[in-house]
Amino acid sequence: MTVEAPRGAALAEQGRLPAERVALVDLLDRLLAGGVVVSGDLVLSIADIDLVRISLRVLIMSVRENLGEA
Amino acid sequence: MTDTGTYLYAVTSAPSPGIEDLRGVAGTPVRTIPCEGLVAYVSTVSLDDFGAEPLRRSMEDLDWLGETAGAHHHVVEEVADRTPVAPVRLVTVYRGDEQVKDLLRNRHDDFVDVLSTVTGRREWGVKAYVDLSAPGPAQTAPSLGGPGTAYLKRRQAGLRSREEAWRQAAMQAERLHETLSSVAVASHRHRAQDPELSGRTEAMLLNGAYLVESTRDDEFLKTVDDLRDRGVEIELTGPWAPYSFTDLEVRGDG
Repeated sequence: MTVEAPRGAALAEQGRLPAERVALVDLLDRLLAGGVVVSGDLVLSIADIDLVRISLRVLIMSVRENLGEA
Repeated sequence: MTDTGTYLYAVTSAPSPGIEDLRGVAGTPVRTIPCEGLVAYVSTVSLDDFGAEPLRRSMEDLDWLGETAGAHHHVVEEVADRTPVAPVRLVTVYRGDEQVKDLLRNRHDDFVDVLSTVTGRREWGVKAYVDLSAPGPAQTAPSLGGPGTAYLKRRQAGLRSREEAWRQAAMQAERLHETLSSVAVASHRHRAQDPELSGRTEAMLLNGAYLVESTRDDEFLKTVDDLRDRGVEIELTGPWAPYSFTDLEVRGDG
């Protein structure tokens, strides 16, 4: 699930990368570090717990597993 | 009957037609909560899946994380296609709709500010890489001193050339970021991705996000191409909803 590096012009023509071609790691950069952060009367907000560290560790582990299988 | 919560994806200032069939996290239908000129996009989720404790476990599950992030992203993209949007961070779950309304009421002006900042603009991601393992400057073999001294000197020279390579790379990243920022309304540097995550052996110099006026997209993309032509290894992603430019902290009880 990696994003190829097409030329900018080609990408602009295309308009948008299909969702399945968006690399999870690029998405998590934005979904875990960006966006409006709300705290207050919540059941849960990502700001409350250090999930970023957890999820990145999981990603690294999964990459290692894949390399191991290859 | 299980407890439920209200999962919040995004906020806009106008309702967007055509989202009736939209599905969000865990396959839940997406609905809207209008309040005081703002619209929140939400799903009702089971706290068996989206409570604090289950989530601590789920976030360790890469398949679950990928699916959930993808579903959240999908909702944000669909809404962003129709109207300017302020995406909310992954996994923001309220006790109920009333709490979401409170948020829209209490932080009305903040959301209006954010939405006006992102209107007519899109985010592009630019990652730049450098190969630090490329041979550096030739190391001079010291002739004085014993083998131990020679070793230490070689080692110092090696460290210096590596430090120097990093220093050069950091300066290059700074220049790249400045060049790209000059075509953008706002910019943000995300933390460089670990080589194991980027899937590349080269070090990531720059993991930048750029908020670009839609009318200047071509100019921005040409700037990226020009950098490529100058030999910089670049990956472009996007256009994204403006995730990296809505990072205001909103206190729901404010």
